[in-house]
Amino acid sequence: MQRIGVFVCHCGTNIAGTIDVKAVAEALKNEPGVVFSTDYQYMCSQAGQDIIKNAIAEHKLTGIVVCSCSPRMHENTFRKTAAAAGLNSYMVEIANIREQCSWVHKEMPVGTEKAIILGKAAVAKVNLNAPLTPGESPVTKRALVIGGGIAGIQTALDIADAGFPVDIVETKPTIGGKMAQLDKTFPTLDCAACILTPKMVEVAQHENIRIFSYSEVSEIKGFVGNFDVTIKRRARYVKEDLCTGCGACTEKCPQKKVPNEFNLGMDNRRAIYIPFAQAVPKVATIDADYCTMLKTGKCGVCSKVCTAGAIDYQAKDEFVEEKYGAIVAATGFNPISMDKFDEYAYSQSKDVITSLEFERLTNAAGPTAGKLLRPSDGEHPHTIVFVQCVGSRCAACAEKGKEYCSKICCMYTAKHAMLTRDKYPDTDVYVFYIDVRTPGKAFDEFYRRAVEEYGVHYIKGMVGKVSPEGNKLKVQASDLIAGKQLHIDADLVVLAAAIEPDKSARPLATMLTASMDTNDFFTEAHPKLRPVESPTAGVFLSGTCQGPKDIPETVSQAGAAASKVIGLLAKDKLTGNPCVAHSDENMCNGCSTCGNVCPYGAITYEDKEFRMPDRTTKMRRIAVVNEAVCQGCGCCTVACMSGAMDLKGFMNKQIMAEVDAICK
Amino acid sequence: MQVNGEFKPLIVAFCCNWCSYAGADLAGNNRLNYPAEVKIIRVPCSCRVNPMFILRAFQRGADGVILCGCHPGDCHYTSGNYYTRRRMALLFSMLDYLGIEKERTRVEWVSAAEGAKFAATMNDFVEKVTALGENKRLEDLRCKK
Amino acid sequence: MLNKTERQKEQILRMSGVNPLKCMRCGKCSGTCPSYDEMEYHPHQFVYMVETGDIETLRNSDSIYKCLSCFACVDRCPRGVEPAKIVEAVRLTVIREKGANHLTANEIPALLDDETPQQLLMSAMRKYSK
Repeated sequence: MQRIGVFVCHCGTNIAGTIDVKAVAEALKNEPGVVFSTDYQYMCSQAGQDIIKNAIAEHKLTGIVVCSCSPRMHENTFRKTAAAAGLNSYMVEIANIREQCSWVHKEMPVGTEKAIILGKAAVAKVNLNAPLTPGESPVTKRALVIGGGIAGIQTALDIADAGFPVDIVETKPTIGGKMAQLDKTFPTLDCAACILTPKMVEVAQHENIRIFSYSEVSEIKGFVGNFDVTIKRRARYVKEDLCTGCGACTEKCPQKKVPNEFNLGMDNRRAIYIPFAQAVPKVATIDADYCTMLKTGKCGVCSKVCTAGAIDYQAKDEFVEEKYGAIVAATGFNPISMDKFDEYAYSQSKDVITSLEFERLTNAAGPTAGKLLRPSDGEHPHTIVFVQCVGSRCAACAEKGKEYCSKICCMYTAKHAMLTRDKYPDTDVYVFYIDVRTPGKAFDEFYRRAVEEYGVHYIKGMVGKVSPEGNKLKVQASDLIAGKQLHIDADLVVLAAAIEPDKSARPLATMLTASMDTNDFFTEAHPKLRPVESPTAGVFLSGTCQGPKDIPETVSQAGAAASKVIGLLAKDKLTGNPCVAHSDENMCNGCSTCGNVCPYGAITYEDKEFRMPDRTTKMRRIAVVNEAVCQGCGCCTVACMSGAMDLKGFMNKQIMAEVDAICK
Repeated sequence: MQVNGEFKPLIVAFCCNWCSYAGADLAGNNRLNYPAEVKIIRVPCSCRVNPMFILRAFQRGADGVILCGCHPGDCHYTSGNYYTRRRMALLFSMLDYLGIEKERTRVEWVSAAEGAKFAATMNDFVEKVTALGENKRLEDLRCKK
Repeated sequence: MLNKTERQKEQILRMSGVNPLKCMRCGKCSGTCPSYDEMEYHPHQFVYMVETGDIETLRNSDSIYKCLSCFACVDRCPRGVEPAKIVEAVRLTVIREKGANHLTANEIPALLDDETPQQLLMSAMRKYSK
């Protein structure tokens, strides 16, 4: 039996004005377990807290009920008071007789009666309370950033600058991501390489950052503060520590017909390659799918020309195991496939290109050395048609497009159109739009400049059909404002393809038990207030893996994610919320229902040996709650069919006792 | 129960800690009156409310039970209120079948900013339940003292 | 009670199964329409005008007969609005009122000869059997 003390607060006249506090204290005296009951002017004041402390000592109280303001206001205060008097702080319950009683009811008898009932409910609950201790877990002071684009780079730099070691895992041979492929960046038109490559170099030289390039995460176990991650380092057949990045091998390799993915297949590279001049790490990689030596055993040219002796044809995939305290997903995006858009003749004509291909065509390091030339015949295009929303805002067919707005297309199309007109004033540039969406700092001004200063023809309407005829592209489109159908003979058609999350995001989310939306973007813990955290503790989101974003937004989100990671890693120990779910292993039948409803992936299953009455043992599958991951929502407790799952601090029997007390 | 010949319903309200309980507090802060028949039980999330609790309340003589949670999409625990919505749709239709009128049970989304909505909801709910009168269908007379 | 326009609109939406509110006014249907220049009102206008109840104008326009029922607009609409079905529904309301309606399956064999393209029959079925 508990020994409960009841403390009724007057809160000046806030409570005492409508409630007969003396009567409440008197009535609660007779409740089961109550051994002491009193009232005081201001319970939360030092004097009030002293009354509680003294009563705990004097009456050997095992639980206290404070009838006062909302627990959202002073629950912590009274928990600390109890703890200071040596009582477990979770043996404190608050009866909210201010916000939910004295302030909303006017008549003294009515208010007093309700206050007594609320007090009884709290007493009934405390009678069933058990002391709880928050779990503690250590924090591994190392962060993992998955993805080495601008989002991952910025996050890693910010964490590393704060003094914590960071590892970046990147599937490509170099970090840099999509931004490295871009030419200029809106709205200021500084060149992407000029602002990105210094950051890449900083990452390479930072003493707190390790880069695992050409690698991927293959397994993640553990929980916030204590992740065990296995990283697969794919064999690149070049020893990273020996290669100097001189590039001799990439010039001498006889296999010249490998589509260059960095230029989106618009030119070729060798089988041994460095993706681009400023690659980090600047180390060659052998493409095993094309290397003659690896396929037939006959060649070895690169090995002969390499003065550093870095080539290693015997290399195998390696696995690195590392512990991390926090994980940041920065897996980024890709433009969607244009295969389903036959009406734009993307697969029929080389001169129908996507915007990312256009970036490479105008980039000085691209396949045409920055000259805007038609991919088909290398001629200078005179009429260029840009089509926006290709696959974005497309609700008709999930296989074809995406229902969301890709957010960046309006701006980069304006940029492309403007730059084209700037460099080649003899070109006619048409942009077909549904809406022009430019809500960003200096964004709309940028778009208007394209129209007003550079003479880009913006036409409200959509292109219905593109058909190649001779060396022209016949573009048929509607001009909704003029009420006309337009027929344009274009030399080049540029499609603003929708963007989608990288394909690696879904398996990664499964490994992380992080949730995703239907479009495979990572879900944030709260859409407004916790935008860079995953609901799964210790997992953070950076960049386009969370939703379409431009570079300024990505960088600010990357910084925000980093600050959350730093906040986590700065702690030596994580103190959990002790009000977590707990499964009674004797009742659990291992059906997996609780694990399915848990939004945090806090529930795992293990086989445990049970002793049977006849002295045999039996293996049974049971649910185990990871207290460091559980946030205590209690969803599993209701889903549990065998009634094994309960929530500490809000146990079934406690809530039922409250119901009983109220319904008496 | 009858008070001076006038029927006063007994209402149990389950409020989630993050939105609705705070909404109820806000109603208090703004001194928005609602009937004292409403007694609030705090739960971490609306999805913590086991149908058992509701049945228990009716068994012990409650005349109406209302569940308040965060608005869909705003759940502190991401998805809890979606489970609540489904579970309660099922439970309430079963209760309706048992003769507990649909007006005696309700799920309402009240955010922490909607003190006025909380008070209005409670006023409306109490009015509807009062009109229905005493709930005798599920009350277990053995529980009466 | 619905007034005449509302009744017409309701009928057209029911016959076509189209929800014009799904339209985001991109104009791709009209960009893709092969008989655009023949039509006074264009596919995107059909969707908009049915939505706003300007149906009598459409019924009195030649445009309802100029639609080829090629369904290119249906195929390419990014929102799945299916404008051709609206055009067809407007046309049907006119045709029905002229009395020349309801081609039944039994009547078809008599109409068959080697010259008639099957697609024409299918189109006629679609036009007259609703």
